[in-house]
Amino acid sequence: MIAAPSTIPAGGAITTQLLEISIGPQHPSTHGVFRMDVVLDGEVVRALKPVVGYLHRNHEQLAEKMSWLGSMPYTDRLDYFNSMSNNWAYALAVEKLAGIKVPERAEYIRVIMAELSRLQNHASAIGFLLQDCGAWGTPLLYAFKEREKILDFFETVSGSRMMCNYFRFGGVRVDLNDEMLAMARKIVAEFPKFLDEFEKLMTTNEVVLARCQRVGILPKELAIAGSISGPVARASGVEYDIRKVDKYGVYGQLEFGVPVGAVGDVYDRYYIRVLEMRESVKILQQVLRDIPAGPVQAVEVKLRGFKIPAGDGYGRVEGAKGELGFYLVSEGGPKPYRYHIRPPSFINLTVLEDMCVGHKVADAIIILGSIDIVLGEVDR
Amino acid sequence: METIYQLLHVTFANVPAWTVQVAAFLIPIAFIFGVYPAIFALTTLVERKALGRIQNRYGPNRVGIFGVLQPLADGLKILLKEDIVPRVADKFTHFLAPVLIVVPGLLVYLVVPVAPGMVAVDLKIGVLFALAVGTMSAIALFMAGWASRNKFSLLGAVRAVAQVVSYEVPTVMAGVAVIMAAGTLSTLTIVQRQGGGILNISNWYVFRPWGLVGFVLFVIGGLAESARCPFDLPEAESELIGGYHTEYSGFKFALFQMGEYLAGMAMAGVTVTLFLGGYMGPGSGPGLVGSLIAMLWFFSKLAGMIMLNIWIRGTWPRLRVDQLMGFAWKVLLPLALVNIVAVGFWHFLTPRPLAWVVTTGWLVIWFLVLTKCNASAILEKREYRYV
Repeated sequence: MIAAPSTIPAGGAITTQLLEISIGPQHPSTHGVFRMDVVLDGEVVRALKPVVGYLHRNHEQLAEKMSWLGSMPYTDRLDYFNSMSNNWAYALAVEKLAGIKVPERAEYIRVIMAELSRLQNHASAIGFLLQDCGAWGTPLLYAFKEREKILDFFETVSGSRMMCNYFRFGGVRVDLNDEMLAMARKIVAEFPKFLDEFEKLMTTNEVVLARCQRVGILPKELAIAGSISGPVARASGVEYDIRKVDKYGVYGQLEFGVPVGAVGDVYDRYYIRVLEMRESVKILQQVLRDIPAGPVQAVEVKLRGFKIPAGDGYGRVEGAKGELGFYLVSEGGPKPYRYHIRPPSFINLTVLEDMCVGHKVADAIIILGSIDIVLGEVDR
Repeated sequence: METIYQLLHVTFANVPAWTVQVAAFLIPIAFIFGVYPAIFALTTLVERKALGRIQNRYGPNRVGIFGVLQPLADGLKILLKEDIVPRVADKFTHFLAPVLIVVPGLLVYLVVPVAPGMVAVDLKIGVLFALAVGTMSAIALFMAGWASRNKFSLLGAVRAVAQVVSYEVPTVMAGVAVIMAAGTLSTLTIVQRQGGGILNISNWYVFRPWGLVGFVLFVIGGLAESARCPFDLPEAESELIGGYHTEYSGFKFALFQMGEYLAGMAMAGVTVTLFLGGYMGPGSGPGLVGSLIAMLWFFSKLAGMIMLNIWIRGTWPRLRVDQLMGFAWKVLLPLALVNIVAVGFWHFLTPRPLAWVVTTGWLVIWFLVLTKCNASAILEKREYRYV
């Protein structure tokens, strides 16, 4: 007879140890330098702690040492997929504080830019999500083909593909000419074809369904309590879209729906993004049809001489990832006294553990992918 | 072996007998050590090209005309890479694992006939040998994962063993159907049984109801056993970084890749032998010309199977580990067992049309029952509101 080792009690169950793994900061699917301290029981996640800060760049402190307009290019680097929306949120906060009125053509151009950003962000977000499911890059590259066209448009307009720095207080930097508008119309006309093809390939794929449905459910109550915003919140059934709530820009005049899910799992977060892209296409069609003539810049804002009366203001937009807000405090000087950002990626990340616990480690990866984070924004 | 000898003996009647004997030994060995690694190199290139086309891009096209020298460049690059062994690794096991993973891949080719008589060893238990040796890779994978002393590697190794062992069962059961029908375990005889009929094609086992089911089961099992997409959980790039080979670099890493591809190709070769008639096809037969045509047929079929693998890899997401296990035990294994009964029907029901009807009906009914019982992944109808 061989005596049983001490870890196996006689006649009892085998005791197992929990395994602590650090997924990240160097990992193919953490979408940047993000780390998850995961405690595993076999393959099942028992605890998960997100560790952020590897990409911290002192964004807020830098902006407080800089002129008002000087930090506009820095907002590009927050969520580098959506520099246009970031610009808009900052411009909105400053305009509110300084009481600047934006000309109508500029408002239309802003909507075009923000919605095109949303299209390319959502397209690559679902591409990355399916990449995390293990689809070897094919859906991602299909999405990137479409994203390239939009980035080319951004480059034509602003001179840069991703770091656009296009918005100014009281308008936008340069006007769109007819050629650029034709380019935008062409992109918008072609986009539904891509969506149809993508959906045909992926939405009803059995493996995608098996992997995504009933995985990582975020209850509606928790989404509200955690102040989750954007597609993640709407997938859980929270009827909240700042484009509808605030009606900033010309969104009040446009006809569009906000899709809301019911279950709040990874599949809903995937499909809500597809539906939102379809709504964005509708918005773009209206805006590109109705865009009026006129100036695009209300006041010429100088880089250094620009001062804002004392006070505080909060400007927010419905970014592609959720509510992106800038809280600014002015003392009447040429630079902000306090400059604070409400980054949607960071706040959406706080419920990661609640969604992941009890699922497999492979699910934790796709749940992270379904939140759609950008580390530039999380760490600032 | 005997037949290669006879073939050479008849063709080159004037040379001394011992030269013919030596040649009869050397040709199969040259095949296994020369042709299959060459096909492996070619496959890496074809895979990258095909994946590129699937993904809207070109794939490698810079080295040589159309990038044909890319495998050479890859090999040279990987040879020059530093070989890093983790400080705490079990050095001997860490070294041994990549070697062990290549060997079973090559051993399987011993029993895969490429032309009439062209098989290195015509073992009486050929099919059993191929399947048994193919499973040996599980040991090497676990050695790699364990010796690396890395948690990702360990998880990958645990997944690899669970997966390879589970999928071995339905794969062998699917093979059993062929063994029953052919009445032999010798691969050469199995291929010979699939000859004849219309154009040497109509007797392939894949054109029987049980053979078609067995073929599908065998392909899926083979993909899982060689850890290819969508069953690449042991490496699971997006989850476990590299799985069992996370801590390998340089040529050891290349050996893992090679072992994986060779195993995949070996499974494809066994599939061709068991279900697609091996070297059988219009024009293949004894004699030099017939042998060459047969060889062409075999390698065309092998290439077709490899292309199928690449296509699947480019278009399917990965399963989760519990779904993977559930699929093997709840769907594939029952279907494989049902398939064995179907072969029994096929064998004993005398008028052929009756056998066709009964076996097809039996398999279709069971297929529907199993799909119904395991309908967890069927699309839930989701309603989305607009506000």
